[in-house]
Amino acid sequence: MNETARKILAPIVFIVGILALWEFAVWYNQLPDFRMASPSDLFPHYAEFADLFIVKSWETLWRTVVGLALAVVVGTLIGMLMGFSRFARDGLYPILVGFNAIPKATVVPIVALMFVGQHDFNTILIAFMISFFPIAVSVSIGLSTLEPEYRDILRSLGASNTTIFWKIALPKTLPEFFGALKVAVTLAFIGTNLMEIVSPHGRGLGDLFDSARISSDYPLMFAVLFAMAALGIVLFYIVVFLERIFAGWAERAPS
Amino acid sequence: MTTANPMIELKSVTHAYKTKAGPLPVLDALTLQIPENSFCAVVGPSGCGKSTLTRLVSGLMKPNEGEVWLHDQKVTSPRPTVGMAFQNPVLLEWRTILQNVMLPFEIVKSPMSKAEAHDRAMHLLDLVGLAGFEGKRPSELSGGMRQRASLCRSIIHKPDVLILDEPFGALDAFTREDLWCTMHDLREAEPFTCLLITHDLRESVFLADQVIVLSGRPAHAQYVLDVDITGKRTLDDLYTPKAAEMLATLRHQIQVAQGRATDADAPLDGHPTKAEGAA
Repeated sequence: MNETARKILAPIVFIVGILALWEFAVWYNQLPDFRMASPSDLFPHYAEFADLFIVKSWETLWRTVVGLALAVVVGTLIGMLMGFSRFARDGLYPILVGFNAIPKATVVPIVALMFVGQHDFNTILIAFMISFFPIAVSVSIGLSTLEPEYRDILRSLGASNTTIFWKIALPKTLPEFFGALKVAVTLAFIGTNLMEIVSPHGRGLGDLFDSARISSDYPLMFAVLFAMAALGIVLFYIVVFLERIFAGWAERAPS
Repeated sequence: MTTANPMIELKSVTHAYKTKAGPLPVLDALTLQIPENSFCAVVGPSGCGKSTLTRLVSGLMKPNEGEVWLHDQKVTSPRPTVGMAFQNPVLLEWRTILQNVMLPFEIVKSPMSKAEAHDRAMHLLDLVGLAGFEGKRPSELSGGMRQRASLCRSIIHKPDVLILDEPFGALDAFTREDLWCTMHDLREAEPFTCLLITHDLRESVFLADQVIVLSGRPAHAQYVLDVDITGKRTLDDLYTPKAAEMLATLRHQIQVAQGRATDADAPLDGHPTKAEGAA
């Protein structure tokens, strides 16, 4: 089997296998759908609420992406500050760790009160807050662990610090950056859904889940979970795709 | 071997690093002169300040006391007329070999046109045996090939002075000898002044016109050996009685520098010129 075929077929085989196993388990145990919906229960719901799924998915998607973009910009800036200045690193690190340790579910009501009615802004804010930490840390580590020889190679030719940053420090940090971005993209997605569920405001897949819960439509709840998983996979692989373009050089040929 | 205008000159250079336990002196009134287009190797016990020397000559650091002169100019900052290569080839992994070799042109203003620069890079790659690899990434090359590319990069902008800090240290013996010959080829193609830091005495004798033995820390020039092998050198020149004598002398001087021997234990009578301050 060739490489490409395997990469496409393997996940399909596993997904179909797991769905079949699940279907069988529900059927075998005669579970009612409020305890455990089976995959075959889900499809009618996707068909029935297709337009709703599309609208809600889009709401979740764009707010996640904007929150993540904000996290990339702010996280990179903080990471650069900590990477270049030991003083800033020593000062900011404990604050960042503390901030990261606060469960964001507790921040949601605070943010919702702080900016009453600014639903999109609040959601983006939570997605951002939950996802910038790994980016800041990885960029700072990438910059501060740059081997001195790399700097010397350019400095000995009379290059400025700005040149060294653009030519060496930045590209050399890209693999770490994308490693963190893979974590951050999922976190941002969780942040968006957290806001949608904990502080319902009628938008996003979180809202669809909440509606299903209120109307006791259990198979629909499962269907939303699957839509979330699908969206999460799409976002993740977009990052993987970008990584391959910008940091593909860091990948070794399979041996 | 003193000439009127040495290319590299250190005038009583003293340097110390600041550490938690107080200042750590590494160089003590080090004085040396390297004539234009000659090859100088510096050997000495580990930790004696050899790498500090390269950083001072390249202008990456300023000495506490004394002066470093390059081409009749006092060194106060890095200058584009210097090329450097380290033990670690430090190639940029996201660039191709050709892009790596061309890197200095992105920093240094060169009279060469783009096409000339490109041709020069290809010519140098060919000279070191990397023809056909210009489009590869560093991760696709062996250690020795990466070091060859690093050498090309260090001389691509036609520097007057090439500073080599143990560039062959991490290579296997055969690759190392191969690269020694490559160095001779490169210098034959276009002369430059070279300062080589090494731990390998055979390497120093094979490559250099003069070998300077540094004393233990804080280092001064303890001994200078003029290598008198005439004509084009081959590896066979390392297996002559004369070479054996030079190597024995250097070995002995290293032991003196380490404090394990005194001048009285000298291996052979009548060894070459003894350093008296300046070479």
